[in-house]
Amino acid sequence: MRKETEEIIMAGFGGQGILFLGKVLAEVGLASGSKVSWIPSYGPEMRGGTANCSVVISQHEIASPIVLEPDTLIAMNRPSVTRFEPKVKAGGTMIYNSSLIDVKDFRKDIRAFAVPASQMAIEMGNDKVANVIMAGAYAKLSGLFNYDQVISAFPNFMPSSKKELLDININAFKKGYEYAATLN
Amino acid sequence: MAKVLMKGNEAIGEAAVLAGCRYYFGYPITPQSELPAYLSKRLPQVDGVFVQAESEVAAINMVYGAGSAGARVMTSSSSPGISLKQEGISYIAGAEVPCLIVNVVRGGPGLGNIAPAQSDYWQATRGGGHGDYRTLVLAPNSVQEMADMTIEGFELADRFRNPVLLLSDGVLGQMMEPVNLPEPRDYDVNSKKWALGYPGKDKAERNLCSSIFLDVEELEEHNWHLYQKYQVMTDLFSEGQYKDFAVEEHLCDDAEIILVGYGIISRILKTVVEKCRKRGIKAGLLRPKVLWPFPTKAIQRLADKAANFLCVEMSCGQMVEDVKLAVNGKKPVYFFGRTGGTIPSDFEILNEVDKIVRPD
Repeated sequence: MRKETEEIIMAGFGGQGILFLGKVLAEVGLASGSKVSWIPSYGPEMRGGTANCSVVISQHEIASPIVLEPDTLIAMNRPSVTRFEPKVKAGGTMIYNSSLIDVKDFRKDIRAFAVPASQMAIEMGNDKVANVIMAGAYAKLSGLFNYDQVISAFPNFMPSSKKELLDININAFKKGYEYAATLN
Repeated sequence: MAKVLMKGNEAIGEAAVLAGCRYYFGYPITPQSELPAYLSKRLPQVDGVFVQAESEVAAINMVYGAGSAGARVMTSSSSPGISLKQEGISYIAGAEVPCLIVNVVRGGPGLGNIAPAQSDYWQATRGGGHGDYRTLVLAPNSVQEMADMTIEGFELADRFRNPVLLLSDGVLGQMMEPVNLPEPRDYDVNSKKWALGYPGKDKAERNLCSSIFLDVEELEEHNWHLYQKYQVMTDLFSEGQYKDFAVEEHLCDDAEIILVGYGIISRILKTVVEKCRKRGIKAGLLRPKVLWPFPTKAIQRLADKAANFLCVEMSCGQMVEDVKLAVNGKKPVYFFGRTGGTIPSDFEILNEVDKIVRPD
């Protein structure tokens, strides 16, 4: 059964595409017929600083879009684990970029899934798509979305002028999705 | 049309274009810069004009000019920039020129910070400028309403020949939600009889838009005329045509405690109401969607039924004064606020509700 409401925080370095990762989840949530909201951390931020983003995907009208205790944390770097792991709901989920996070000792009351997203992205020949690999992994692990609907939604939010980017991102999403299937 | 995912700031920009607005004058400031960025790209596509002015003061006076010529025109800024525009807003209100002004509020006073806040309520509803004037103030709480109220704002500005202020905040400006964009409206720049350049029978009418009345009696007459107009607006928003547009009530009928909040706070309060109800506390939500004219009558009616009011704001307490005036001593009115750009959590608001309804 689909979860009624899923609150997600994703975090990482500025430049890792955290806001775009959130946008991918919000767009595919919308394409799957859910209600969605997306809030970026905004501030005097820069490349190499930290960035985070809150997304809510719900089967009902979203009252507060502010996420304080996420059901799922997507952590792209070590400082994100330090900052947000304590906030994850008991029984919640953390998906972490194990290429950059060498910790193994996490809270016992959450489920932690390691995805070597940065390494996988480099192997794909584009180190910038680690974020979309994580989006694919999340899609599989959450079970929130219909795979075909998600793939067909990508052209809605990718610039049509850059066809090659669309293919790279869809491939990255598939890679993450397939990798997560081995984790269950 | 399918729903599209948009930022609040961008939704205002697209809605303005759909409403027939072809003129934007402004100056960038966080957290609203996506709005001028959007319009700088979009307006030239529809033969519109986008000007990044040399200052906020210049921008609001350009709005005054375009509005006087009958155009649908807007400007936007965030708190410190809106302070700079106050002189122009007073002139525009005095000259009865319609326009839309957007404030995506950030933390103040002074330069403050760029985080979301609601501490410009007094400035918005009392008028930060000089003189006996009022601006109509709309308070959206979603990206959809950012779009809808932009369009309604232009309509209301034209109807009442009055500046309309859209009072938003950093969260609503920055967040993305799905939006249903309405059909574009035709707007005829030559439709206003009072405007400069209105085409008369043979040649353009000689019209004048001004706020200068050197003769004492003339200015007094003008100010009473404005007052009458504000009375008409107040009646229409409290009991008339716009009664339902002005306020949202959620589970208020049997509520023992009414939570009052506008903008993004009202979304958090909806979550608090749900949590209260699950715990057996009869809570309701009253959300003013229009901040001036304030929905005094709606609150008065509830003051006869509910036991307590709790007003929640992202300020040290500004709207709570209007809530107290409306309740008029009939029931206790409590306040909870966070300021400086902090968003209160549903947990801490729930804690305040507990203190009021279950004092131990």
